[in-house]
Amino acid sequence: MSKLFSEENKAAFSNPLNLNNPIAIQVLGICSALAVTSQLKPAIVMGLSVTVITAFSNVIISLIRKSIPNRIRIIVQLVVVATLVTIVSQLLKAYVYDVSVQLSVYVGLIITNCILMGRLEAFAMQNKPWPSLLDGIGNGLGYAWVLIVVGFVRELFGFGTLLGYNVIPKFLTDWGYTNNGMMVMPAMSLIIVGCVIWAHRSINKEEK
Amino acid sequence: MKLNTNSNVYTFVYAVVMVIIVAFLLAFVSSALKDTQEANVANDTKGQILSALRIDKNAVDVQATFAEKVQDKLFQNGELVPYESDFLTSYGQAIKDGELHVFEATTDDGVKYVIPVTGRGLWGGLWGYIALNEDKQTVYGSYFYHESETAGLGARIGETEFQNRFQGKQVFDENGDIALTVVKAGSVKDDAHEVDGITGATLTSNGVAAMVSEGLGKYADFIGVPAQEACCGGKSDCCEDKAECEKDADCPAKQECTNVEQ
Repeated sequence: MSKLFSEENKAAFSNPLNLNNPIAIQVLGICSALAVTSQLKPAIVMGLSVTVITAFSNVIISLIRKSIPNRIRIIVQLVVVATLVTIVSQLLKAYVYDVSVQLSVYVGLIITNCILMGRLEAFAMQNKPWPSLLDGIGNGLGYAWVLIVVGFVRELFGFGTLLGYNVIPKFLTDWGYTNNGMMVMPAMSLIIVGCVIWAHRSINKEEK
Repeated sequence: MKLNTNSNVYTFVYAVVMVIIVAFLLAFVSSALKDTQEANVANDTKGQILSALRIDKNAVDVQATFAEKVQDKLFQNGELVPYESDFLTSYGQAIKDGELHVFEATTDDGVKYVIPVTGRGLWGGLWGYIALNEDKQTVYGSYFYHESETAGLGARIGETEFQNRFQGKQVFDENGDIALTVVKAGSVKDDAHEVDGITGATLTSNGVAAMVSEGLGKYADFIGVPAQEACCGGKSDCCEDKAECEKDADCPAKQECTNVEQ
């Protein structure tokens, strides 16, 4: 048991949450962080989906890592990810149709998420399945929290709602408060992601 | 024996085996789940039609309610005939083929007609169902959805808040043209016909507007232009029936029409 949660394995899980965050430090997965964060709910759904898929594909690649021919390894990784995503999306469609409608476009976006390929190439190809699973979950969650922060800010100021519920008190709107239409635009998420990276790096300056 | 994983033969065989396994796996999953998925899609389509009829699809048994209240009919040669084949889950092709589906529904508010429409948004297809009141002149309710509009922007056409904006709008203007449309957010001038669009999603809103007017246009014969009043009614300067015209003191022209507009 102690081996399962050794310092190294714990680091594989917790580093991507903070010190080696996929978005803030590795700057991966920015494209989807821009696309799905205009509201909180899709951001959460996307974050969880990426976590699940990264974890599973990390394990699979890690299991077959020694057999993969070096020259086509990227293709093999891509095939594994695409197959996994397709199967998951088919299962969702058959058994939880509502969720699959919710996810519609994001399922395709998961395949193109750079974090997946990045982790497969950088971690799963060299490590055993268990640390790879932890690394996958850690990176997925590290990605998810940044998405949720950006989604939170954009939905709050862009629509005045959170998860679809109105949260701006009426007296503020009576005083002339209006929602900021800029927040709804994709460009704004780039600026917010930039601010998150800035804040994150200045907080962690000492520790590095 | 240790395999040389860098040799050409190994790479080639590996790729072939991988592709075969993956193809088999995907084909298996797809065919094993096909029936369940199709049932889900049909159920969802029925739920969408019920949504257009202001029935909350999450609160009722969709299959039973649909069977009880809605009849799938075709508009052929000027009348509605029952549609006998399998229930369709998308109507783009049917409309293109001139197969005009109309869902006749008996709701708590009387008879309604639901018309399927399809169109294109910014990134992909749009579709919707528009429920008209019995007189076919005003909108009772609507439902829209999309393939891949931007979440939080264009995708909001799928929310009830937007769909409810259509309720009570008039389909035709005073000239008998389809005037029901969606305009840029915040620029509604003609409240009877114009629906407020979505902020930041003008192209999707335009797509909905085009879909609604083209879609209803296809059903022009079914909906019919608004019935003119028996005499001129101040709308035209001639009458179809001269005797009626004589009786109407307000009739400005008091003459029979020589070329009735078709």
